[in-house]
This record gives sequence, structure tokens and C-alpha cells, in this order.
Amino acid sequence: MTILNASGCLDALEAPEVARALDAFVTKTVTPLAREGNRPVRIAETEAGMLNSIGLENPGIDGLLQQKLPRLAELGVPLWVSVGGFAAPDYAELCAALDERDEVATIELNLSCPNVDEAPESAAELVAAARARTSKPLYAKLSPAATDLPDTARAVQAAGADGLSLVNTIRGLALDEQTLEPKLGHELGGYSGPALKPIALAAVYQCYRATGMPIVGMGGIATGRDALEFLAAGAKAIALGTVLFADPDAPGRVRRELAEELTGRGLASIEDACGLAHRAGPVRVA
Amino acid sequence: MRRREALRVVANEAVGAYVLLRVERGRIEPGVPGQFFMLEAPGRPLPRPMSLCQAPPGELAFLLEAVGPGTQALCAVEPGDELYVFGPLGNGYRLDIDRPLLIGGGIGVAPFPYLSQQLGGPPALLGFRSGRHAEAAALVPNAEVVVEPTLVTEPLAGLGGYDVLACGPEPMLEAVRELAPRAQLAWEAPMACGYGACFGCSVEIEGVLQRLCVAGPVLEAA
Repeated sequence: MTILNASGCLDALEAPEVARALDAFVTKTVTPLAREGNRPVRIAETEAGMLNSIGLENPGIDGLLQQKLPRLAELGVPLWVSVGGFAAPDYAELCAALDERDEVATIELNLSCPNVDEAPESAAELVAAARARTSKPLYAKLSPAATDLPDTARAVQAAGADGLSLVNTIRGLALDEQTLEPKLGHELGGYSGPALKPIALAAVYQCYRATGMPIVGMGGIATGRDALEFLAAGAKAIALGTVLFADPDAPGRVRRELAEELTGRGLASIEDACGLAHRAGPVRVA
Repeated sequence: MRRREALRVVANEAVGAYVLLRVERGRIEPGVPGQFFMLEAPGRPLPRPMSLCQAPPGELAFLLEAVGPGTQALCAVEPGDELYVFGPLGNGYRLDIDRPLLIGGGIGVAPFPYLSQQLGGPPALLGFRSGRHAEAAALVPNAEVVVEPTLVTEPLAGLGGYDVLACGPEPMLEAVRELAPRAQLAWEAPMACGYGACFGCSVEIEGVLQRLCVAGPVLEAA
């Protein structure tokens, strides 16, 4: 079973024991230049999840390559590097720099951070710019907010993406109970946690049907049962995000719970679970 | 070594306006005074960071103030309930000091009973916003108590030569830093994880945004 962390939800150098419980570690999104991130307050709990407005705090590609990547490689866990930018040349430059590094197994393109301005190009154009500069596997991480998500998925597939990471957080707002002003310093944030699960499942379900691409499913997964549902919807792997904040032991626990779910249903492997939700045949979903 | 474990609640007792939550210790270490633990808040998506208040044999005790849905849920747990506790986390107070003086404000008194015990009962100066809140001072030996409108900085201004260890609201910490530039100050920020994963608790430290859970929560003032 492939269990990853969602980008930005784990610092493997601060918690190597958690990273080693994963099948691959995904870095926090790296940008061409270092970013300090947004001013506090950066997080707010809600009834069924949380908002964050971290703002892509990261050491920049040079800082990652020189200081962090050698130490991350020592963990002995396959590394996925998440990259983000503000225009197509950023993605091209980042992928060119990472293409030379053997420590990097896969590049995830963060095309959907809700806390920074979007690039002017379409997701497919950004994927094409990245594809031109690397032969490493490329996963496109998409926002669940797009109304035309299956079309976007088909477009990034045509542009050369090898897989999809579904989904990123969705934009949200939390207000202070007393002042009725935004709780976050950045006002709006990315919403994650249990409330995101049905939205993420729909994205996986639709994009699996639309593209048949390998999908890493994420969004509110907290239990083995949740993981099984993402596999059934079409994911080949799953990633843990917000649950890691409350439970750093979640990777091992979810893995055990999923194994029990599979056994209890007479399924021999995760491959047998993948796509089960689509058994009834083609249904018009998009 | 930090670990996460479900611990049985022994008692949840009122201390003035606060609640002292006592849980079985399990295999979790109490750590250094000023370090903190993430406590599962029943029914809430995220745990809450709490410094250790007391470390009686076989137990861990946390002083809580019900200020929001998470602390309200924690104040309502009952003996026999189980709570996940993760820790100890972050950096606590440096204890290799000559003349300790504890300065606390409100719920900032929370780490002082354990800290006082480790330091052999040094003098403490505690400020509260009401007499009912001030009942928590009974947990700290050798404590002089002031109640608003008097602030702890008033008696502190007349004292010199102490190694100050402080915990309390931000304005109090800023004021203490003015009077005792080398004080060790325990800060607070909203935290989702407590172990460096979420980058949510970043605060400006020496001009740079840093994660309080990793760099702190206790920081040297200078």
C-alpha cells in the first residue's frame, strides 16, 4: 500500500520516525526563491476541519537542494518534491534543477495553492513547461474548486503529466466569534480535514473515469475505511494530511486498519480494491 | 523521548476559575518544565497544546481555562475517560540559574508548580484578574499575588538581580522583557500539531518567522 503525506503536512527532518512510516515523503512546496510565508495568525480550527494560510513558507530551491535534500535522502524513504511558482518559467526552472538530482523520485506540481496568487497560465500549460525540462514522473496536484475538473485532468494528461494528486485544500473563511473579523491574518485560507473528504472523493472518482491516470487520493482521510473509499473511487495511493497534526502515528494505524478492511471484504490486495466504486458500469458523472 | 498514548483521566478538579486535569502517566515522560503536550480535545478536529502543571508519581496534571470549544471539551472530561496525550514537546526552561524568580499572569501560572518543584521552591510573583482566578496561586509555593488593577510589573520593578522565568499573556511578557532583558519567556501561539509539521505557530523571533513549537515555547528574551 502506498501511503504518503500530503505536501506541507509533515517536516520529515523534525519527525523522521513519522516520515519512515510512509512509503514516500512529499516535501513542502518549494518555490524558486525563499519565502517567509504569511504573517500570523496562520491556522484556525473549524467544526469539521481547519483552515491554514501558511503561504508557501520554504527555503527556496537552492536552500532545498543544498541544505535539506541531502538530509532527507538519509531517511531512506523515496522523496517526492512538491514545486510551486507564479508563472510557467518558475515550474520549468524548478523541474530542471530537480531533474539532475538522483535523490528525487517524483515531482509533484502544486498547481493549486489557495494561499497565493495563481499563475496566469492554465494547469496544462504549466505541466507542459515542466514536462519539457524533466524526465522524472510528474504528478499534477489540482484544486477541487474547478467546475471543469475532469477537463483539466484530461488537459494535464495530454500535456505530459504521469499522475494526479487529488485534492489540494479548498478556499475557506473563519470568523472570530466575538469580533466577526477573519481569524487568519491572511483572511482566507485553505480548508482541510474531514469536511473535505466527500469533495475529494468526487474529484478522484471523476478524474479516474476521465483519464484512468494513477491518482494519489487525499482530503480528509483519517482511517483505513476512508483510505479504502479513495481506492474504490480510483486512487492507486493515498496521502495523509490534517490527520497527521492530531495523530503522528496515523501512517501505521491507517495501514493496519486498511489491511483489516481488505481482509474483512475478502480482497487480496489494494489492486483488487482500486476502482470498485465504478463496477456498476459507465455512469454519466461529468 | 516524545510519544503518544491514550491516558486514563484520574480527576478533573476546579481550582478557582481554572480546572486541574489529572491523567495517568502511562509511559509518557514529564519532560522539562515549560515543555508542552498536545491533549486530544474530545470531539474537536485538533488537539490543544498544554504545558505540564504537576508531575505527581504516576500522573501528569494540566491546568486548564475554558476559553473555547477545545478547552471547554477538556474541562468537561470525566474520571475514567481516555485522552490521547502526545509529548513532551518543544524546549522548556533552562534550569541552570542562580537566583530564579517566577513571574506569571493568569493561566500562565500553569507550568509553575512543576517548575517550582524542580527549582526547589523559588520566589514567585503572580498576577490574576480576580480573586477567584488567584486561587490557583495555592498551587505555587512562595508566591506573592497581585490582582488587577495591580500588575506583576509593579512589584517586579523594585526587584533586581534575579533570573526571571515568566509565563503569561503577551503584553505581560513584553513588559517583563523591558524590566528583565535576560528573562526566559514562555510564549503561546495557535498550534495544530506541536511537532513542526503544520507551520501554523510561526511567530517573529529575532526578526524572522519561526515555528514556536520547534524554537520555543520558552525563549530567552535577549
